[in-house]
Amino acid sequence: MTEPSERPGSAPIPTTRSQRRSHTRARDLVRYADLFADRTKVMRSSAMRDLMEITARPEVISLAGGLPDTSTFPPQSFAAQMTRIAQESSAEALQYGPTEGFERTKDCIREVMRAEGMDPDPDDIIITTGGQQAIDLVAKILINPGDPVICEGPTYPGAVPVFCAYEADVHQIEMDEEGLRVDLLAEKVDRLEREGRRPKFIYTVPTFHNPGGVTMSAERRAQLVALARERELLVIEDNPYGLLRYEGQASDPLYKLDGGDYVIYLGTFSKILSPGIRLGWLCAPPPVMEKVVLGKQASDLCTSTLAQYFVAEYFGEGRWREYIHDLCSIYRRRRDAMLDALRRHFPEEATWTEPEGGLFLWATLPSYIDTTDLLAKALRENVAFVPGAAAFVDGRGGSSMRLNFSNSSEEELHEGIERIGNVVAEQVELYRSITGEHEVQPAPPAEPGSVLPFPPRDDR
Amino acid sequence: MLKGGRGLERQVSLRSGARVEDALGSLGHDVIPIDVGAGLVAKLKAERPDVAFIALHGVGGEDGTVQELLEILRIPYTGPGVRACMRSIDKVAAKHELRAAEVPTPDFAAFNALAFRELGAAETLEQIEATLGFPLVIKPAAGGSSLGVRFAASADEVPQALVAAFSYDDRVLIERHVEGRELAVSLLSGITLPAVEAKPREEDRFSYEARYEIGRTEYICPADLGAAEGLVIDAALRTWDALGFDGFGRVDIILGEDGPQVLEANAIPGLTDTSLLPMAAEAAGISFERLCERLIELALERDGARSMDAPA
Repeated sequence: MTEPSERPGSAPIPTTRSQRRSHTRARDLVRYADLFADRTKVMRSSAMRDLMEITARPEVISLAGGLPDTSTFPPQSFAAQMTRIAQESSAEALQYGPTEGFERTKDCIREVMRAEGMDPDPDDIIITTGGQQAIDLVAKILINPGDPVICEGPTYPGAVPVFCAYEADVHQIEMDEEGLRVDLLAEKVDRLEREGRRPKFIYTVPTFHNPGGVTMSAERRAQLVALARERELLVIEDNPYGLLRYEGQASDPLYKLDGGDYVIYLGTFSKILSPGIRLGWLCAPPPVMEKVVLGKQASDLCTSTLAQYFVAEYFGEGRWREYIHDLCSIYRRRRDAMLDALRRHFPEEATWTEPEGGLFLWATLPSYIDTTDLLAKALRENVAFVPGAAAFVDGRGGSSMRLNFSNSSEEELHEGIERIGNVVAEQVELYRSITGEHEVQPAPPAEPGSVLPFPPRDDR
Repeated sequence: MLKGGRGLERQVSLRSGARVEDALGSLGHDVIPIDVGAGLVAKLKAERPDVAFIALHGVGGEDGTVQELLEILRIPYTGPGVRACMRSIDKVAAKHELRAAEVPTPDFAAFNALAFRELGAAETLEQIEATLGFPLVIKPAAGGSSLGVRFAASADEVPQALVAAFSYDDRVLIERHVEGRELAVSLLSGITLPAVEAKPREEDRFSYEARYEIGRTEYICPADLGAAEGLVIDAALRTWDALGFDGFGRVDIILGEDGPQVLEANAIPGLTDTSLLPMAAEAAGISFERLCERLIELALERDGARSMDAPA
């Protein structure tokens, strides 16, 4: 039975889908492996990917996603808007549109930005396929392989694969309760300069950081903008959550402070309306915009016309602020439920951030607990979170986790946090029994309502 | 076609299953795909298949659970039987079997979480570390992926590695790390297929994850084993016998200075596009379709032999 039953190479050319798939041979794989660009080798670990896929099971309480709650959007309103588009602009809405986006939709974007004190020139705006494409376009036009790029540590997990795909040399700067440590950033820029290098840009989520949950203080914002001007550095301000504020006073966006010279601004409708419409935007000065438009043409010619019409119709109704207000009151209660559950169910060695808005908080466990391994254990209890390592390129973050509170009910949040707390407690107890360590070293006590110090560099 | 399941290796299983399903379909079989869950028995009873092709990996599918059910329902199935599955899924049990059969395997110690929690097992660690020597490999007893497998280069890395491994199973294995070439010897019906050698990039030498990603590990098949070939084949065959394998299987071996050492055996090796057993079969001139067909033949033969043994 080991005699050749089919000579390699003599097989007929496969024609059906199933034939194609089952005819994949080891040597095809080797052939493909040789063809793949080097940048594909930086793809994230398969183990974590497989774990994350399990989080989608219906019985799992997932605190892992970054999903807004779209269930409160009134279906009648959705239906009415789409009907109006079909009746009044069918041909246009089904057609290609300008690469930069429609003026009508840009007007909506300006309304949103004005709500945070910004007033960009419509020519400085390009509408993108989600905020994610805006990140991709910025990276595409600015990064050469090996170029240094600076971001926060932790950073938005979705930005990591983008920067890696363009083969950036990613440097992550710590945060504390006031956000990005601009002093450390300046040191990093100096250090790179001594090596004859300059960061292509500094990517930051200053408001309600994903995944950190912290907001950059007004003082830090001023420092960052001043540093950017002085050293002629580009700052990419990613602001998906700015309008989702549940308490406290808003600070000016970097884009406003800078006037749009050194700050490129990224916005999105995903968290204030719908991620399903895939509509985001980018504001940049004309020389940058010119390249962004070329990059966008190469990627997808234009953003969904239909989605842009939908946004224009929706804003025409004039109730968008009301909807955000409703979302904020739901999310505020959910955030409070999660914080309450954390205080009850997480061990005293754990710390977490207390966000004034946004969708996430960042919890850090004792350094001997690896949250990727913990996720496997948590999944057996049907609860999920994002392991902190996903927010770093350098192996840090191993004992932290990102927790999302926007897309679960208050009951689910309590239940989910309790389950995670239980598996953490088991690991803590086990570690103590292995090391014989029975002395508990408590974390600095948390004052209710205060923002905890952001955890320092992980020691892995 | 049993695939999926609820375990951590669900994704690999779905990929194995999809590929097998296509192959069996192209051979003209009537394939009923079942994503294994609560309705499994009812579904099997309703469909009464001629044979069950098991493409499940890890706990629940590779540990004898599903095999036991199929035995009760008298449905012939591919791959090893209940006993071999139970012995191989638990790396600790497997190593004891290998020891008993005098198959070379790296020195080891094993614990369950209870031993630490209630019996003060921590006090034996120092002695174990002294006996086995560093670096150590610490892994959960069950499970076939890289999850939870850690190297510990020194004593202070051990507790954290143990906590990681205990995240996946209540039992963990502490094993002496053996330097050498990494080989996977697949077997079909008790006959060895050409060995596959995995060559990780230098920077991934201590990363188990890299073994599962295209581009981070180079695979060579057939591996050039030179004079050691006989010893490697012998170790694989004796493992097959010691664990009572049947149908197919894969034996992972380190070929070090002192000859081959068996690390573990997989009762249901991966059957995905990037899996090692199909790669080895192909090197022997056996197409994937032929491989699947053969596994079904073996399942039916085993069932036929059993029926003859059964008292009239």
